[in-house]
Amino acid sequence: MRAAVLGTGQTHHRTRRTDVSMAGLCREAIDRALEDAGVEWPQIDAVVLGKAPDLFEGVMMPELFLAQALGAAGRPLLRVHTAGSVGGATANVATTLVKAGVHRRVLAVAFEKQSESNAMWALSIQPPFTAPIGAGAGGYFAPHIRAYIRRSHAPGHIGALVAVKDRRNGALNPYAHLRQPDITLESVRSSAMLWDPVRYDETCPSSDGACAVVIGDQAAAEASERPVAWIRATAMRTEPTFFAGKDHVNPRAGAEAARALWQAAGITDPLEEVDVAEIYVPFSWFEPMWLENLGFAEPGQGWKLVESGETRIGGRLPVNPSGGVLCSNPIGASGMLRFAEAAMQVMGRAGEHQVTGARTALGHAYGGGSQFFSMWVVSSS
Amino acid sequence: MDAPPLSAPLNIGFDYTRSLGPVLSRFMTGLRERRVLGSRTADGRVHVPPLEYDPVTHAPVTELVGVRPTGTVRSWTWTDRPLDGQPLDRPFGWALILLDGADTALLHAVDAGARDRMHTGLRVRIRWAAQRSGHIRDIECFEPDSGEPFPQAEPDSAEPVTVMTTPIRLSYTHTTSADESRYLRALAEGRLLGQRCPVCHKVYVPPRVCPADGVPTQEEVTVHDHGTVTTFCVVNVPFAGQRLEPPYVVAQILLDGADIPIPHLIVGLPADQVRMGMRVAAVWRDPQSWTTTPENIAHFRPTGEPDSPYESYREHL
Repeated sequence: MRAAVLGTGQTHHRTRRTDVSMAGLCREAIDRALEDAGVEWPQIDAVVLGKAPDLFEGVMMPELFLAQALGAAGRPLLRVHTAGSVGGATANVATTLVKAGVHRRVLAVAFEKQSESNAMWALSIQPPFTAPIGAGAGGYFAPHIRAYIRRSHAPGHIGALVAVKDRRNGALNPYAHLRQPDITLESVRSSAMLWDPVRYDETCPSSDGACAVVIGDQAAAEASERPVAWIRATAMRTEPTFFAGKDHVNPRAGAEAARALWQAAGITDPLEEVDVAEIYVPFSWFEPMWLENLGFAEPGQGWKLVESGETRIGGRLPVNPSGGVLCSNPIGASGMLRFAEAAMQVMGRAGEHQVTGARTALGHAYGGGSQFFSMWVVSSS
Repeated sequence: MDAPPLSAPLNIGFDYTRSLGPVLSRFMTGLRERRVLGSRTADGRVHVPPLEYDPVTHAPVTELVGVRPTGTVRSWTWTDRPLDGQPLDRPFGWALILLDGADTALLHAVDAGARDRMHTGLRVRIRWAAQRSGHIRDIECFEPDSGEPFPQAEPDSAEPVTVMTTPIRLSYTHTTSADESRYLRALAEGRLLGQRCPVCHKVYVPPRVCPADGVPTQEEVTVHDHGTVTTFCVVNVPFAGQRLEPPYVVAQILLDGADIPIPHLIVGLPADQVRMGMRVAAVWRDPQSWTTTPENIAHFRPTGEPDSPYESYREHL
């Protein structure tokens, strides 16, 4: 059974969306997705909800109190949780329900309302019998970025190049949280060092936001009056957070998920055959790292695509034309935003950040300690 | 036989800030004025607390109507031992209360004094909090209806409530695994304990069920308190709950004889001189203070030995 993205929707992402509740935030994305898909509520068969750790909002199992606002009354509702990759995993679960022939149209929605607490605090809880050395996601990933730089001999400005590109791309995206058309390499490189080697401007913001997609089966897709994004393949893989010999720079689960994805999609040369990629890059250096992990470049070579400008809009493989996680990071929704933006590109509905002629696009997300990976490939035909 | 696993309390808390959105903002603002608002959905029903979205039509709910501060108990139970954070600190009834004018029941506490004063059909009324701020706690609780007149609702000209602070406190007992307990007890004796996986023969510190092979510990080995920095981060950013003052260096340290690094602090040289491959040694606190904690090691210090070659630790990055 084939499946396609019929429509996408997202919120205006901001540091604090105090104008809406969690339900209102989700509905802002859902209502836009339904409108974009040209689908009415009675046509939705099931709802899949994703979000990251419940400690971020301090609501255990938010699917309980959100069920009704999400339109789940009288329908199946599933909650998905795979840390930062959850938005992608949620879209993949919805796709599976359609591909399996269980449902015709499934609504997938993911959100985070970071302003309700403080993610840095929530990710640095110190259990008894441990030393007080946790320092949030930045403290976790910075050493692995250092290891990448050492291993690849990448020049020091590569991370800043990614930051400049993504922030300028974000300025083309009306929904982006950070829109910085005037950012420069010099301004990034002179911004505060937070978690050496990660600077302030190379770090994602904390955002409130949500994203939704409507996934339909072949009949639903063919009934759509607007272009759809055909889901050619999905893949997910997991590995332990820590094990002896774990490659934190080029994790095995990510590489294996990518291999499975390309194979299922019939893609033999990803750099040649993929027109645009939305990759989960919360710290700028992860762009070259994931380009290698995904097979767009050989190990140690990903930074060369960045340096030569090939990942800009107009380059050989535009990466994160939406501005990516570096511009908007409602954590639970960030993965689904990557998936939705990939779909928007092949549907020709990406507005000012549209990549001309995009026919095949990757959506990618990762979560935990580079532990959960989810991805999909969508095409215009 | 092993001593029982170590356990200790873990208490976490945060004052969460709830954005209310248009419907709940009006509801909370109403409570501040001693008014209860319900939402009317397309089928004519009035919901208290108000729904933000119509469960049938899915449309946003916009019509809010006032209901009475009196109502009827539809069902109930009794608690003899109230918990911290509950509306009352003495035995009380939990009740589903249908307010006059509403079509759905509200769960709240009834200060009935004794269990035998609670019954289905009991008429109750809101006891308003003396100080109201636009919070669900503005309803202190319910009490059996005396029939006395209520003080007038007090429309105020203060700004509408848009954010409600909700303190959440969680109290756990954190219990370590048998492996980790042995590791911690060895630390209290100044030893670093690891385990060699019987399948892959890798040495894990602390010991644990091998995450790669899924087999439990059989052979425990003591590892050295010297090692090599594989990689590290200089933390410059302050954050809530932080226990160290930035800047400080958190490094991954591959102890000699181990196959997986442990994270710890590097002290004893400027942060910008810490290097991948640097040789370091544990600095133990005064043995008199040792307990079952990795904090017995205050930090690691450079030994002054030549750096380890990259090839010696590249498989551990």
